[in-house]
Order: sequence, then C-alpha cells, then structure tokens
Amino acid sequence: MISHDITMIPAREPPARAVGVMAWVRNNLFANPLSALATLLIAYSLYLFVPPLVQWAFMDATWFGESSSDCSSDGACWAFITARLDQFIYGFYPEEQQWRADLFFAQLAILIAWLSFKVTPGKKWVLGYSLILMPVVSWFLLYGDLLGLEKVETHQWGGLMLTLLLALCGMIASLPFGVLLALGRRSNMPVIRSLCTAYIELWRGVPLITVLFMASVMLPLFVPEEVVFDKLLRALIGIILFQAAYMAEVVRGGLQAIPKGQFEAFNSLGLSYWQGMIMIILPQAMRLVIPGVVNTFIALFKDTSLVLVIGLFDLLAIIQAGLNDPAWLGNSVEGYLFAGLVFWVFCFGMSKYSQRLEQQLHR
Amino acid sequence: MSDPEHVSHKKNATPSLVKEALRLWRDASFRPLFMQGVVVLVVVMLGVWVINNTMNNLEHRGISTGFDFLSQEAGFGIIQSLVEYDESHSYGRTFVVGILNTLLVSGLGIFFATILGFLIGVARLSSNWLLARMASVFIETFRNIPLLLQIFFWYFAVLAALPHPRQSFALGESVFLNLRGLFLPKPIIEQGLLPVMVSCLVAIGLALFLRSINQKRRVETGKSISGAPWYMAALLAGIPVLTWHLSGASLVLDTPELKGFNFRGGISIIPELGALLLALTIYTSAFIAEVVRAGIESVQKGQKEAAASLGLKPGKVLTLVVIPQAMKVIIPPLTNQYLNLAKNSSLATAIGYPDLVSVFAGTTLNQTGQAVEVIAMTMAVYLTISLSVSLLMNIYNKRVALIER
Amino acid sequence: MLKSLKTAAVLGAFAAAGFAQVASASATLESVKEKGYVACGVSTGLPGFSNPDDKGQWSGLDVDVCRAVAAATLKDASKVKFVPLTAKERFTALQSGEIDVLSRNTTWTLTRDASLGLNFTGVSYYDGQGFMVKKELGVKSAKELDGASVCIQSGTTSELNLADYFRTNNMEYQPVVFDTSDGTASGFDAGRCDVLTSDQSQLYALRVRLSKPDSAVVLPEVISKEPLGPVVRQGDDQWFNIVKWSLAAMINGEELGLTSGNIKAQKASSDPNVRRLLGIDGPKGKGLALDDDWSLRIIEQVGNYEEIFERNVGAESPLQIDRGLNALWNEGGILYAPPFR
Repeated sequence: MISHDITMIPAREPPARAVGVMAWVRNNLFANPLSALATLLIAYSLYLFVPPLVQWAFMDATWFGESSSDCSSDGACWAFITARLDQFIYGFYPEEQQWRADLFFAQLAILIAWLSFKVTPGKKWVLGYSLILMPVVSWFLLYGDLLGLEKVETHQWGGLMLTLLLALCGMIASLPFGVLLALGRRSNMPVIRSLCTAYIELWRGVPLITVLFMASVMLPLFVPEEVVFDKLLRALIGIILFQAAYMAEVVRGGLQAIPKGQFEAFNSLGLSYWQGMIMIILPQAMRLVIPGVVNTFIALFKDTSLVLVIGLFDLLAIIQAGLNDPAWLGNSVEGYLFAGLVFWVFCFGMSKYSQRLEQQLHR
Repeated sequence: MSDPEHVSHKKNATPSLVKEALRLWRDASFRPLFMQGVVVLVVVMLGVWVINNTMNNLEHRGISTGFDFLSQEAGFGIIQSLVEYDESHSYGRTFVVGILNTLLVSGLGIFFATILGFLIGVARLSSNWLLARMASVFIETFRNIPLLLQIFFWYFAVLAALPHPRQSFALGESVFLNLRGLFLPKPIIEQGLLPVMVSCLVAIGLALFLRSINQKRRVETGKSISGAPWYMAALLAGIPVLTWHLSGASLVLDTPELKGFNFRGGISIIPELGALLLALTIYTSAFIAEVVRAGIESVQKGQKEAAASLGLKPGKVLTLVVIPQAMKVIIPPLTNQYLNLAKNSSLATAIGYPDLVSVFAGTTLNQTGQAVEVIAMTMAVYLTISLSVSLLMNIYNKRVALIER
Repeated sequence: MLKSLKTAAVLGAFAAAGFAQVASASATLESVKEKGYVACGVSTGLPGFSNPDDKGQWSGLDVDVCRAVAAATLKDASKVKFVPLTAKERFTALQSGEIDVLSRNTTWTLTRDASLGLNFTGVSYYDGQGFMVKKELGVKSAKELDGASVCIQSGTTSELNLADYFRTNNMEYQPVVFDTSDGTASGFDAGRCDVLTSDQSQLYALRVRLSKPDSAVVLPEVISKEPLGPVVRQGDDQWFNIVKWSLAAMINGEELGLTSGNIKAQKASSDPNVRRLLGIDGPKGKGLALDDDWSLRIIEQVGNYEEIFERNVGAESPLQIDRGLNALWNEGGILYAPPFR
C-alpha cells in the first residue's frame, strides 16, 4: 500500500454572484436586457395598481351597514355583501328552514373531505353514496314535503345553494348516461355507434344557452299535456342532456387508453360484454378519467351561471338582483368581485385537485 | 343446480320455439342485428312520440306553426347590422343579421384570443420568474371565473370608464370614443373600385410567385435572391397604388360628426361589441395559453438544445424550431377553443349585443311566439358551424398524421 | 335504447316522486283546489307590480290580482305560488299549464288573444308607453328625440311601438336592448342611452331606482295603448270567468265604497248593489262554481281596487303614480267593471 499524503484543499465558496438571493434575482429577473425590461415594467405596473387596490378593498372599505349611504365613498362597500349574504347563499329559502340548506352544505363538505383524504376508510361506500343516493337525498332534504319536512317550492331556491345543486345533480346524473354513450360510441354495432356519435356531436355542437332556452320553452311542448315540469327541473334536464355528451367524450378518452389486451382477456375468460365492461374495463377506465371528469365539472360549475337567462336565481343572478335594490345602488364592482371570488375559489380548488390526481396517475 | 341431468331435463322440456329463440339469442351474428333493430325501433318511437306530442300541444293551444313568419315584417330595430336592415325588413332578415353579427364577434374574438393566448402561453414558460408568475396568475384567474360574469363585469367597467358623447375622447377630428361606442371615419371609394381590387389580387399573386421561386432557389442552391423581401413589398404596394392613380379612383372619408344626441356617419363600434370581445378574448386566451404551453412543453428538450447549439438566438429557437413542431400538438385543442369561443359568443344576449341568440332566439322568438321553429333554426346554425369546423379538423389531422410517417 | 332509457328514467323517477304535476286544461279550478294553491306567473321583479323583497315575499298590483283569485277559490289569499317568469317564458308557461294565471304586466293585443291560445280576462291597469330622459338634455317632447339612443326591454310590445313611432315621425334611433327592465334602468343610469322607453307605470318604477331619481323626467307623450291584465288559457271558460270576475269584484268594491276595513260591517247594508256583491242576494257564487262568500273574501283579504292601487303604485308607494286613466269611470277615469247582477 502506497500512501499518498494528500490534503484536500477545502472547497471554496461559490462566487457571491452564483448563489443566494442576488444570484436568483440575476438569473430569474435580469438574465438579459429584454428580461430586465419586462421585470421593470411589471414591477412598475404592480406598484401602480396594487397599493391603491389594497387601499380600496381593505383600508377604506366599509364592512357593515344598512344601505349604500353607510359606505364611505373612497373604499369598497362590502356592507352590500355582508348585509345580503344570507340571500346570496340560500336565495329565497325560508329563514326558519335554512338549517336544511346548511345540512346540505355540511353533507357536501364531509363527503368531499372523506373522499380526498387518504386515510379514511370505506371509500367505496362513500363514493357509492355520493354518486347514487346523495343527489336524491339532497333533493328531498331541500324540497321537503316528506317525513314532516315542510315543502319548499323550487322557485324559492337560489344563490350558492342552487348553483351547487345544479352543478352536482347535473354532473352526477349525466355520468351514467355519459358512460353508456361512450360505450355506445365504441360499440361495434354500426347503428348504435352512429346514434351515439350523432347524439354526442349534436349536443356538443350547440351552446348551452340555446339548450336552456329549449328546455325552458320547448320541453313542455314535447311531453303530453298532462305532464308539467317545474322550471328548475326543466333546466336540470337540459343540463343533463347537454352534459352527458361532454361526459361521454371524457369517458371515451379513458376507454381508449385501456390496452386492447384487456378486452381480449375478458373475452377469452368467457365473460359477457357487460360483465367484462363492468368488472374489468370500466373500473380501470374510470380511474383514468377522474381528472377529465373534474375538469368537465369545473366547466359545468361555471356554466350553471347561464341559468340566469331563463330566470333562475343562481349565485350570479341573485347578486345581480341585489344590485338593483334601490338601497344598494352603485355596488356592481363589489357584487361582481364577490361572485367572481366565490366561483374562483371553487374552480381553482377543483382544478388543483384534478392536477394532483393527474400527477398521481402519471407517476 | 349442480345436477347435470336436472338441467338437461329442463332443457328438453322447453318447447322448440323457445329453444329456437334462445339459439338465435346466443347467435353472435343475430344478436347484434336484433339489438340494433330494437334500438332503432325505440328511437323512432321516441321521436314519433315527441313529434306527436308537440303537434298535439301546438294545435290544442292554438299556436301557429310553420315558417311563414320568416317573410313577415319584423317591425323592430337592431342596433348593429352588417347588411342593410331596418324595421320594414322581414323576420328572415333578422336571422341573417344575427348570424353575421355572431360570425363577426367570433371572428374578431378568435383573432385577438389567438394573439393574446400565444403571448401569454410563451410568457408562462419565460425564464423571467416575474413574467412567468404574472402569466400564470392571469391564466388561473380568468379561466376559473364564469364567462358570463366576466362579460357583465367588462360591460359595466367599459360603460363606467367612458365619457358622455358631448365629452368624447377625441383623436384628431375624426376618431371619437364615448359611451355610445368608438366612432371611426369610413373610407368610401367613389369610383375605380374594381380595377384597384383586381390589381391587389394580381400583386398578391405575383408576390407569392416570387416567394416560391425564391424558396425553390434556396433549397437548390442554398442562396436566396438578394433583396427578395423588398421586391415583394414593392410589388404589393406599387401595383395597387399605380392602378389607383391611373384609374383616377378617389377616396372620400365619411367622418363621424356629433349631431343632436349622437355621432352620425362613419363606422361605429358599439360598447356591447367591445365588452363582449374583451371578455371572450381574455377568457379564451387563458385557455389557449394553456394549450400553447402544453404544446411547447411537448417539444423535446433536445430540439431546443440543438437549435441553441447551432447558434440561434432564443427568440429564433422559439419561432423557427419549437413552435412549428408544437403546432401539431396545439392545433386540435386550439380548434376546440375556437369552437368554444363561437358557442360562447351566444352569451351576447346577456348584454344585448345583437347576435343570433339575442336577435333571433330572443326578440324574434318573443314577437312571433314560434319557439320550436326559432330554436331549431338557431341550433342548426351553431351545429353547422361546429360540424364543418370538426370536419376540416379531421381532414387536417389525417394530413398531419400522414406527413409524420 | 340509451335515449329512451334516459327519458323513461327521468320521466319515471320524477313523475313517481311527484315533481311532475298533472294539470288538466279543462278543469283548472279542480286542479287548483287539489293542489291547494294558485300558480301565478309574475315578473322576475318589477316594483309596484310584482316584486320580491329580501325575504322572497311578493308584493304588487299584479300579485294582488292573483291573491284575489286565491281568496275566491281557496278561501285564503296567501295560497298562491308565485312563479317568476321572464318575458320570453311567460306565454309558454301558461300554455303548458305550469301556471294557472299570468299576471305579469302583459299587454292585451290581438295576436296574443287570438293566436297564442290565450284569453285576456280584463284590464287591471291602463297603461301607455312613454319616454324618460335625463333632465340635463333639455328635451321637452318626444318629437325632439331624433337620433337618440333608446334603452328598451327586448321582446316587448314597446319595442315594436318604438319602431313605429320613430318611423311615422321620420326620426332615427338606436335601440339598446336589455333582457330585463332592471337592465334598461342600469343602462340608462350609466348613460348608455339618452332615453328609456317603457310603459309609463314602469318608467316611474324604474326612476325610483336610478342613482339620482330627480335627474330624469318622464315626457308627456304617450305613444301607445297598453291595457295590462291577467291572462288565462283558452278552453276553460269556468276558470276564465273566475279570474275575470275576481278582478271585477275589486273594481266594483271600490265603486260601492267597500274596503277591507268596513266590509264586515257592510254585510248589514240594505243597498241592493252591496248585497249582491257580498253574495247575500242576487247571483251569488253558483255560476262560477264558488261559494257565496267569494267576493266578500277578496275584498276582506286583499282589498278593493283603490286599496291595492294606492298601496302598490299610488300615493302610499314610492312610485307615486296618479290614478289618471285608472280612476273609476264616474271619477274621470275609464275603469269600468260589469255589474254584479
């Protein structure tokens, strides 16, 4: 063994310009003249807009009050929101019955929490409940006329409650139709395939607003004279018919991603088409399409705001109605910002969730 | 049921008709036929049921049917029309006016949304941290808020920001901006329009021809004709200008003028169009930016590195190497966004921009009461747009797929 | 198969759950009694005529007409289900049986009466289309409005009258349309248009909710006749009569000086007109298939026409509209109800 007496020179500190805050700033903000210019421009415009905005929205804002006249003229008038918050959440739902709407919200929160945490047990059952029973239970809870619950007509429903209900019911009810349509579109029976394709393309080709007009004006003509749907139900039917087509395309994407071997395998095991689909293919496909389903749900959630054109009072519509109250004139910005914020929180949250799922799938 | 004899006994007991039916049912070539027959039957029955109900209901309620109303006088005004229209025109004309207005706002929206979307998509991937942050804030904000809300907001904001007609913002003597819209001078070519237009076409044709020669030469020899772009520019500008002078065409500007309550003359862009366009552009560009980002990210890193190592500047790398390859990934979802924009333009009805839904499925429906015909016609228009674009897309996709191989 | 399954499932599920109500065109009265309420189509919000407060309680002249019908048929003026409708939906909702009465400031016209399968039961308010302008423009007459931008609610008769008026007077205008009457007011307030046109009653209602109500004036011209009234489906004469006479009871009530306050005491009156209106003598309720107290209940629970007018649109309301045409025939107006005989 030959031993060399080597003394390592201690590693030198990297030059100050390559580490630390300064280096980061240099590399990420001022890497070249163009980048530097962009940074300066953005920083300047932020400086111009953000402080006055904060001043307006927080420092000078009025948070509580009885009418517009209680609000200071230079700040936001959030009093408009706080005074009418109940209406924005529950619509015209009778005050003494609002615990039912609260229960509906609580149920939603619990189900979502249950399904999104990893450790909770019995996911299968909870999911089953959410997808099958929950809309029905919620409907009866809110509509009443059952088990001693007082009946609350659907035209009294409104606000955030109605927005959530429309989106959820539309979504969940369209799921099975979407699956059937997707299977139909991939079926090897030409007639079924073309019918399903025609259905999907037809609904995807028209704007939701015309579908809602159709549901509100034409649907009553399509059914025998004795059958009368109430307005909310008509809107919901329109939304479901429409949403099913979008859902079908998402599910079809999932089905396409299943390797052909899986189909051949269940055929060779002697399983029938439906057995194979339900036990082998769909469970795999559905896992793949969850992010897509969440994305269409976000789109639907935003689209429910269109029901205001047929006279339903969803969150946006009820805020608009509030803006017309002579006592609260001149609060459009506050109203729209609040509506925007609520929608944004829901949609952003869901889109982050769907991105997380996607990453998990791709791992 | 494990006793085989029992089973066979039972089978033997079944009458031959049932047996035959069972055999047919299990026949792989018969069953699909049968199932499809059933489906067709059910769909047809459902259709007949719906039509029957509708006819019954319409008749029972004494509502008139048919398309006769299209030739009746409409009797209401429309604020913006690309074709000649006034109260004395027919309901059929309102249909045309509506379609054109829808196409106008969709076309403009697509144009602006594409530009803004690409800029933001590229900014999102910028090496400048602040710029990338701002782009992602833009995207996440605007695509997570309902479009309808944004339309209301911009309409309100636009109206709040603009002055009354008598205090208009003016640019020179002929451009005015106020609550009633943006007023621009309208060029009117009084004579010699045809030769000028023909000469424009000729100039474009020649320029394209020159370009193709130039390209061919570059491929063959590696050198291009020096100054080719200048020649092309000279062709494009020179020929029409020359024709203009030779043919003695003259141009008159019809400038807007404040008369009474409002500006008259010139071209006016109503604030409804502005607000709708702004909202559609911003909303759709947030989605397009994501599409563009995904497209750019799909281009392999090696491509960028290779281009950079050839000495191309970052901007050139992007425009010459990355984006052309990314386009293949970008175009299908991009078309989807275009279609969404066209469909979303129907929200115009919320702020009274006179698009198809607002004019035809709104006012005309209301005045005539013929919901079935009006809604069916409206849906047919959107369907035609969607399906024809999808068809073009499919053709394009096939071509791209072939070139790839 | 999918489609039919879907329809069957939807129809089945909801029909079974009882959300799809069965309405029969020929026996509205029976179905109303069975349901226990009168389904009344109203506007989505128009102060003075049909407007919900923060709690969702409806008030207004149109609303009170429905209450009167409920008082007559169900003995309780509160048994009304109000269905807010946009201008677009109102006729379909009535035709399809979703509502029993449409009381939504709807103008009586030939087309609507004759070719939509509807019947107007009478006039609850004589209105006419007018114009509102900003004071600062200094306009004194509608004839000076050449070239103006006009805010208007889409799909109304006002839209057609407006076009006619400007055409016959050789004037130009720019229509700025909005879906709701609230929208027209916001647009007018923001300065999007110089003029707001609508029925005069609405102009007063909308003026209240401008940011500066005093800055706008209503011009004197009335360019159209707008008789507003409750509407029912064609083909059910019994129901048609009930709604028609519920309205007539309120107007006759005013004529005879019967109010919700004094009606109990008036039962002892010897005036034969009063006795007939209260169902003590005369035709009573039989012809309408109602009990004899039906008209008494209307006035007791809802009030006579004067009461509902003053409370909703007149002196006791923010709208402050004069009786004008809507005064009784013997007091200078044209309100004239057929006699109870």
